[in-house]
Amino acid sequence: MALKDPFAVNITDMGFRYPDNAEVSFSKFNLKIAKGERFGLFGPNGAGKTTLMNLMTGVLPVDEGSITILGYETGSQKNEVNKLFGFVPQDFSFYQELSPAENLEFFGAWSGLTKQEIKHRTDELLQILGLDDVRNKQVQKFSGGMKRRVNLAIGVIHNPAILFLDEPTVGVDVQTRHAIIDYLQELNKNGTTLVYTSHQLSEAEGLCEQVALLDDGHIIAQGNMNTLLKEHSYDSLEALFINLTGKELRD
Amino acid sequence: MFKLWATIRKDIRVLLRDKVGISLMFVMPIILVVVVTSIQNSTFQLVSKNRLPILICNKDTGQSSIQMIKAIGAIGMFKVSQIPKNENKIANAMQNTDAMLSIVIPANFSAKVSAKSKSVAGKALTSFGLQGDTLKNQVGDVDPLTLYYNPVLQESLRLSVKGALQSALQMVESRETLRTLYFSINEKQLPEKLENEMLNNRTPINEIPVSKDGTRITPNATQHNVPAWTIFAMFFVIMSLGGSVVREKVSGSYIRLKTLPTSYHVALISKQITYLAVTLLQAAVIFSIGIWLFPYVNLPALNPPSDLLALLITTLICGWCAVSYAICVGVFSDTQEQSNGFGAVSIVILAAIGGLMVPSFAMQGAFKTAADISPMHWCLQAYYTLFLEGGKLKDILNNLIPLFIITVVIQIITYLGLKRKNLI
Repeated sequence: MALKDPFAVNITDMGFRYPDNAEVSFSKFNLKIAKGERFGLFGPNGAGKTTLMNLMTGVLPVDEGSITILGYETGSQKNEVNKLFGFVPQDFSFYQELSPAENLEFFGAWSGLTKQEIKHRTDELLQILGLDDVRNKQVQKFSGGMKRRVNLAIGVIHNPAILFLDEPTVGVDVQTRHAIIDYLQELNKNGTTLVYTSHQLSEAEGLCEQVALLDDGHIIAQGNMNTLLKEHSYDSLEALFINLTGKELRD
Repeated sequence: MFKLWATIRKDIRVLLRDKVGISLMFVMPIILVVVVTSIQNSTFQLVSKNRLPILICNKDTGQSSIQMIKAIGAIGMFKVSQIPKNENKIANAMQNTDAMLSIVIPANFSAKVSAKSKSVAGKALTSFGLQGDTLKNQVGDVDPLTLYYNPVLQESLRLSVKGALQSALQMVESRETLRTLYFSINEKQLPEKLENEMLNNRTPINEIPVSKDGTRITPNATQHNVPAWTIFAMFFVIMSLGGSVVREKVSGSYIRLKTLPTSYHVALISKQITYLAVTLLQAAVIFSIGIWLFPYVNLPALNPPSDLLALLITTLICGWCAVSYAICVGVFSDTQEQSNGFGAVSIVILAAIGGLMVPSFAMQGAFKTAADISPMHWCLQAYYTLFLEGGKLKDILNNLIPLFIITVVIQIITYLGLKRKNLI
C-alpha cells in the first residue's frame, strides 16, 4: 500500500485545534504533495505554517482526519513514518554544548543508523556543508550561519525520503543562504521531496516548483509557481502574496 | 543498545561541559559537609575540651559561695572568671569577654544556705528521735542564683549548663547540711576525709553506645554529619538534571527527538543511568573525604560501616530516588528558573522534615508524620543504622522498602506528567 501511494504527504480532512484555542486551528484541511516535489508553504505570521509542519511531522497529533507520509499514517504508524522523513525546525534543534560531530553521532543513532553509517555520513555532511574544520568545537561558539548548517546536517543525516524545512535560512548571510539552497537542490535532484517554509519569497521562487499560500489555517492559493503567477498576472511571488494576504500587520 | 549508549555518551558530554552544575553537585556539598562537621565538632569540643567561658558575680562574702565557685570549676565544663559585684555591668562584661554565660550569687547566699541546712538537719534529727537547736529555726528559701546568657546560646546547651549548675548547688547545700548534722550529733567538725568520701565518692556512669554488631564506636560529629549531608548532596543533582530536562523540553532539540524513530524512554533511561552514576560518585567522594581527609583537618575520621554491600544498596536506592525526583521536577516545570527554584527549596524542606537538620526523634506530631513522606528520612535512618549502629542489610530493609516505594511513586507521577503533557 505504501509503495503505491503517489504522494509524499497526503492530508485528508484534517482537523486540529490547540487546547486553549490561542493559536490557529485547522478544519477539513486537505493537501497533497507529490513525491520528488520542491514544495513551498508560505503565509504571513500566525497563518499556521509551523503548526502544519508540526502536524505533518507528528510533533502534534491531529484531532480529525489523517496525514500520511508515503502511505504511512503519522498517528498510528509513527515509528515507520519517523524513519522516512527528516525535519529541520526553525529553532536550533540540537545540543549547543556539543560539537557538530557529537550532535551528528547522537542524532544519527536516534535516526537508526549504525556506528559505521554515522561516521560515513558525518564526514560527508561536514565536508559538504563546510563544517569540517570546526567538527570538534562546541556549537554554542558558532555564528548563526554555522548553526543553521549544523541544524540542516542533523535533519538529513539518515538520507530521508522527505525533508521538512521550517525557515531553514532565517537569520543567515547571503553566502550561507546560497550554500543551503544549493545543497537542498542537490538533495532534490537525488530524489528527496522538499517541504519548505520561508519568509524569503525571492529565495523560494528559485527553489520551489509547487507552492501553497496559507492564511488563518486555510489554503488561499495552491499550484505550480509559474502557473499561479500567470493566472494572477504577477511577476513575483511577493506581489502575489501581498495581493492575497493584504498589507495589514500580522502577529 | 547502541541508541542507549549514544544517549549516555551525549548526556555525559553535556554534563561534563556544565561547569556550574558540576560545582553545585560536587564542590558545594563537599564544602557543606566539611563546614557543618567542623562547626558541630567545635560545639562538642566547646563542652568537652575548650570549656565554656562563664563570669561569676559573687555578692556574697561567706564560705558557701566560695565553695559554689569551686564546685562550678570542678565540673570541668566551664572556664570561670570572677567579676566585680556590680550586677548592672554584667552585660558589658559578657560582651567584652565573649562569655556566653554569667551567674550572680546573691549577697546572703551563704547565710541562707546555712540557715536552710540547719533547718533541714533539725527536721532530720527530729525524725531520728533526737532533738537539736536547729529545730527552732524557721527560714525561707535560699534566694535564687541568676543566670545571664547570650540568646545565641542554643536551648539544649543552656539546659545542659543549668543542669550542671544545679549539680554544683546541690553539692554545696548537701555539704552544709551534712556538716550541720554531724556537728549536731557529735558536737565537733566533720572530718575532711569523711566529708570527701561522702560527697565526692560518686558512683561513676559508664556511657556505652548500643550497636547492632556489638562494636563500641563512639559516635561523633563526622559519623552524624557525613552520611546526612551526602544524602543532601545526592538530591542536589536536581540543580543540573532538573534544568537539563527543562532545557531539552523547551528547546528545539526535544521537537527533533519527537520526530525520530526512537522512544523518549531511551532518553529518560539514559539520564537515570548517567545521573545515578553521578550520585554514586558524589557519595564515594564525600565518604572518602570523611575517611581520609578529615583527620588532616583535625576532624574525627569517618568509620565506614562493616556491611559495605548494604551501604552500596542504600546509596543506589537513594541516588535513584534523587534522580527520579529531579526528573519529575524537570517534567512539571515550564522554565529552568522554576525547576531550580522549586528544586532547591523543596530539597531543603525535604531535608528539614527528613531529619537532616533536626533529628526526627525530636520532632512532634504532624512533623513526625511528615518525615515519613520524605525519602531523605528513610535514607538517613538506613545510613545511621549502618554508620552508627553497625547494622547489616537485614536491619535496614524496613528503611529501604519505603524509600523504594517512594521512588516508584515518583516514577509513576513522572510518567503520568509526560503523558499528560504529550511528551511521550
